[in-house]
Amino acid sequence: METEQSPIASIHNIRQMMERSSRFISLSGLSGIGAGICALLGAAYAWQLKNGLEEAGIDYRSLAFATGSDLQKQLLAAGACTFIAALCVAVFFTYLRSKKTGVAIWGTTARRLLWNTSVPLAIGGIVVYRLLDLGLGGLVAPCCLLFYGLALINGSKYTVGEIKWLGYCQLVLGVINLWMIGHGLILWAIGFGVLHIVYGIAMWLKYERNNNN
Amino acid sequence: MKNPIENLNKIFDSRIRLGIMSAVMVNEGLNFNELKELIEVTDGNLASHLKTLEENEFIKVKKGFIGRKTNTTYSITKTGEKAFRTHLEALEQMIRKLG
Repeated sequence: METEQSPIASIHNIRQMMERSSRFISLSGLSGIGAGICALLGAAYAWQLKNGLEEAGIDYRSLAFATGSDLQKQLLAAGACTFIAALCVAVFFTYLRSKKTGVAIWGTTARRLLWNTSVPLAIGGIVVYRLLDLGLGGLVAPCCLLFYGLALINGSKYTVGEIKWLGYCQLVLGVINLWMIGHGLILWAIGFGVLHIVYGIAMWLKYERNNNN
Repeated sequence: MKNPIENLNKIFDSRIRLGIMSAVMVNEGLNFNELKELIEVTDGNLASHLKTLEENEFIKVKKGFIGRKTNTTYSITKTGEKAFRTHLEALEQMIRKLG
């Protein structure tokens, strides 16, 4: 038979069960670091394109915002590759962590997290598509940051809560970008690159370092 | 003053039953396998604790199908929610007394 628990042990038990059953806790800090590095590599590639054109005396900005230009196509392709690479890296490290902690990666909590981040991201995708269609390329960068920030804040209820701070920072960068059209590249490098790495390191130090030893 | 221990619910003495109740408090419905994974118990053990909670009308059982496989989901009842809250309050009072 089981022995009676002390009130503190009971409360601890209740809290743990509530969190484990409602939040996806396998999200690894290393995922953030990996995704951030992918974003920086993508930004470096775009930066090179930009420098090449500027040296040739071509106005990079108007070309990047011109719907259908070769440069815009290149940038969109680079963006898509970066996004896919970052996603794969993030899933990989989270998979490793879930193996280590013995929590299944796919379940109710993962489904809920995915759904709650996918909806704002998908809507953001539609908005960006329409912006490009209408020749409003300058708004694409801030909109990506804004919708991503909102997706993170929405998803934070279903995973490690700290991720909402990452979301708020993305929103701040997105709003700044609205008044600094044409500086999307540097703000993206900060938002998707540097902030992810900072967040990832902080999370790794807080939750994973001790468990590794 | 009334002794808070009287308000503690005997049914929640068990770690497993307390675990089940905590999980169904914050989820709209959990199936057998999800509960098993969360609480880390054997099938038979979990089933008997679920039965006790069901008999006390703290949880309700909904039988359904995913394809051909049965999928039984468990969710909390009004009675269960009330009992759980009372139990939490009693725990809180006991901790206050300790401190």
